[in-house]
Amino acid sequence: MKSIKAALIDATLNTVETLVGHLPDPAPDPLRNAREFIGKPYPRVDGRLKVTGQARYATEHPIAGMTHAVVVHSSIAKGKISHLDTQAAESVPGVLAVMTHRNAPRMKTPETASLFNPVAGSNTSVPVMQSADITWNGEAVAVVVAETLELANYAAGLVGIRYEEEPAALSLEAEKGNATIPTLVVTQSPEVNIGDAKAALAVAPVVSDQEYETPWQNQHAMEPHASIAAWMGKDQLLVYDSTQSPPGVQHNLARMFDLKPEQVRVVTEFVGGAFGGKVAAWSNVPLAAAAARLVGRPVKLALSRAGVSMVVGGRTLTQQRVALGATLDGKLTAMIHTGYGMRTTKDVWAEQYTFPIRHLYASPNIHVLQKVVRLDRVQNSYMRAPGETPGSFALESAMDELAHKLGLDPVELRMRNEPDKDPTHGTYFSSRHLREAYALAAGKFGWDPQRPEPGTQREGDWLIGTGVATAFYPVQQLPVTIKARITADGHVEVSTSSIEMGVGLATVQTQHIAERFGVPYERARYLHGDTDLPMSQASGGSAATSSVGAAIHAAADKLTEKLLKLAQRNKQSVLRGVKRKNVELRAGGLYRLDQPAVGESYEQLLGASGQAFVEAEGSVPASALVLNMKTSMASYGAHFCEVRVHARTRQVQVRRFMSAFDCGRIMNPQTARSQIVGGIIMGIGMALMEEAVYDERTGRLMTPSLGEYHVPVHADVPEFEVYFLDEPDPVMPMGTKPVGEVSIVGTAAAVANAVFQATGIRVRHLPITADKLL
Amino acid sequence: MLTEATDPIATRFIAGGTNLLDLMKQQVEQPAKLVDINRLPLSAITELPNGGLRLGALVTNADTAYHPLVQGRYPLLAQTILAGASPQLRNKATNGGNLMQRTRCYYFYDVATPCNKRMPGSGCGALGGYNRVCGILGTSESCIATHPSDMCVALAALEAVVQVSGPHGERTIPMADFHRLPGNEPHRDNTLLPGELITAIDLPAQGFAQHYTYLKLRDRTSYAFALVSVAVGLELTDGLITQARLALGGVAHKPWRRPAAEAMLVGQPAEPETYRAVVQSLLAGSRGYDHNAFKIELAERAIVQALSQALNRSA
Repeated sequence: MKSIKAALIDATLNTVETLVGHLPDPAPDPLRNAREFIGKPYPRVDGRLKVTGQARYATEHPIAGMTHAVVVHSSIAKGKISHLDTQAAESVPGVLAVMTHRNAPRMKTPETASLFNPVAGSNTSVPVMQSADITWNGEAVAVVVAETLELANYAAGLVGIRYEEEPAALSLEAEKGNATIPTLVVTQSPEVNIGDAKAALAVAPVVSDQEYETPWQNQHAMEPHASIAAWMGKDQLLVYDSTQSPPGVQHNLARMFDLKPEQVRVVTEFVGGAFGGKVAAWSNVPLAAAAARLVGRPVKLALSRAGVSMVVGGRTLTQQRVALGATLDGKLTAMIHTGYGMRTTKDVWAEQYTFPIRHLYASPNIHVLQKVVRLDRVQNSYMRAPGETPGSFALESAMDELAHKLGLDPVELRMRNEPDKDPTHGTYFSSRHLREAYALAAGKFGWDPQRPEPGTQREGDWLIGTGVATAFYPVQQLPVTIKARITADGHVEVSTSSIEMGVGLATVQTQHIAERFGVPYERARYLHGDTDLPMSQASGGSAATSSVGAAIHAAADKLTEKLLKLAQRNKQSVLRGVKRKNVELRAGGLYRLDQPAVGESYEQLLGASGQAFVEAEGSVPASALVLNMKTSMASYGAHFCEVRVHARTRQVQVRRFMSAFDCGRIMNPQTARSQIVGGIIMGIGMALMEEAVYDERTGRLMTPSLGEYHVPVHADVPEFEVYFLDEPDPVMPMGTKPVGEVSIVGTAAAVANAVFQATGIRVRHLPITADKLL
Repeated sequence: MLTEATDPIATRFIAGGTNLLDLMKQQVEQPAKLVDINRLPLSAITELPNGGLRLGALVTNADTAYHPLVQGRYPLLAQTILAGASPQLRNKATNGGNLMQRTRCYYFYDVATPCNKRMPGSGCGALGGYNRVCGILGTSESCIATHPSDMCVALAALEAVVQVSGPHGERTIPMADFHRLPGNEPHRDNTLLPGELITAIDLPAQGFAQHYTYLKLRDRTSYAFALVSVAVGLELTDGLITQARLALGGVAHKPWRRPAAEAMLVGQPAEPETYRAVVQSLLAGSRGYDHNAFKIELAERAIVQALSQALNRSA
């Protein structure tokens, strides 16, 4: 008999299979080659608002009677609050309340969001301030509400808390013996077995078999996790929140406060960075709403920089083994990728670090297995290409190690193992131009396939090295509903609750609307970020452009029909009697395909009908990851990096970084480049400096500010050269593929491979700080 | 800039506030009163009769680093100041305050953890904890924190003198005696007496403007505290070292100097092979902890590199 777990996996994978029918329309989008608006470097529609300070972020909305909240964090990892003294804090003039588990409004336990249930809207299912229990160091244990932020902050320091401490599991290394196999890795099985990888590895003529480690990392968007919560009477809640998912936050709050979703409105006009950290709500959001209920006034709660690191989960530390076996001429015969990440008591979120190896290289024998280790820490979560990023560090370092052992150019090794089908699913690629990306970037970089011995290239006191790595990110589709409205004055407005994270979504959709409906750019408008608008769930997974685009496409098809119906009712219309398949939206109206000059403008069509506007909704459902699709779909890239390492002091500097990408059709080269460069900078940070450190005795975060938690400054990054193949994908909306996250994937490995070439030292444990090169 | 006013807990002087205000937000410092000294007439850089230079305590780090006399006669100091913090902070931070900044030890900043410097008797979190930024020289069982300043490392190498004014009049404190080792009183960073205020920092005439360097090794290229830093000033005659100054930052509770090590350089040719004994002498007694033992080798390499750079620099 099957175990319950196995049955669960089957059930979930069957769910995935049923979704396959909902994948993007395989008929090529006629707009994939359109060039009037799509593909042009329009400046951001919100650029002026942002640089002049007029864009209003979550806590910048003025509301009368505002109060300010500050979170007090636990200083132990596991146990119970044994003693609470809030009197000193409460007696500070101007302090309105000290909320703890003793007086917090009752809140139901949140429900963890997943790709199968994104609208659940919470990152964890840990109850929020409902008992004396502590489950991680840094958990919110009190919220002080005061007339000013300064008063709240001062009083927060007066809250006296003592704990009854229990032994906590804090070290992944120490707890590895208790590792378990998760039910799923995102939507996939945690285990893959093709052929017999162990046997093939044992007889492979050339083998690289190493362990790699990537560190804990914290979220640090410029705008912290921040909200304003205001109750309108007892049962209407308005929340301004910095989130990737207004509907997720809405549903989470409705669940926790026992309201209907329509009683909760969440508004997110702008987001100052999210990077996965705001895909769903963390405890700060319900705490703001609870505090507002407690004091009977609006509450502003922006987590402090340290608070973001403590309340918001980031990347798990990973320990990974990658073993590659190859023939003497560099054909892979065995690939093994196994490893460990964390889970918590309540939730399992296994980061997909084995996804790159499932997709990137052809091998007859593949073994993949992910395990999780239960720890008493804040829940790990989505962060900057979760999984693919740490996984690609291990895999792409391993490919470099194998190339070195083979005496083969690492670019050539990758080319010799390019698959013609998806290696683990056997599906065909919708488009895969990794060879072209490598050829383009290698040419621009001046890559020399004849490489000197590592550690032998020198300029004065500096050792020079170059490295490459492959970037990869799968296609996903988000559940999106939009409303498109054509007005009698010839404007087109599209609205949806989905948010603009700062990456340019509103800009590229404005371009798309202008192109799709054939209206001037100024007549196209994209409204977003409010649960009063049609529901689209979280923006993330580098999938918003194509998902929103597909929904707009669907609405445009419906509007074509509606406009044709208007024309049919008008006896004077030149379109009277014309069939649906013989008309299209073009040049600000509806025109015949066979006689392009014959048609009517939107103004004429709506004017004749006497309607002020015509509107329609367009929707696309969620899809599973590319690996469950009938067609294997992903973005690809080739990173080329040159570093110099000081021969004596071991300071590492990235001198050059060039990348070429197959990200499908590029909607806007300016905003796309900006995303790519941002991702590479994060990857360089991951390679050289970024690490969240915890005192392993207590689970206390030692890097709570950007003073200790190092991310790159300008002096750490070179000029970037970014090239796009701009090759439309035949099945994706507008021919687009993911742009955002793909660029961080592989970056750390490219840097590490260059450091090896410069020094002869292979660092398998990020970040590559000077002490690891002595 | 801040210093202990008459009641060390209740009152603090404030100038730039670039460290004090952070510490107050973290509730590490909770003074009842702040005395704003920004309008005191301590904002000038003036030449001294002995050929030296007086840096007013309220001159900002930025104005000091870009002052023509500092750039011309004390380029080591200018270079060192510009290796620290960020332009915004240097525009606000004052010279006196730079001396008064407090350690960046993780445990000192986090009031939820023990720290003898912050709360005497509470224990040292860094010993046996995470101590990457902590010291390897002159540490004690009570405290392994470092002084985080860059500027002070150059001031130590230049043998600057701190001018102090207090309830009992004025006095001078040589830079070498200004900061102290933690011993069993790590809460005392320096030798100022209650109520004393730094008024100026005097630089002696000898500025080592020909052969100098400040080498700062850190976890990113800019805007990070030193893991190890080295300030070097050398005088050369006919290829022989006639005078040498060598101070280390990031390794101890104060800028680290050993005049005996410097003396070993005097009379030596400007050649790297003479350095090993100097390095050993300067780092004698160093002790690494769980996460910072690498600093010993990094310091060895940094000293050699800094001396090479100073020797190769021709002004």
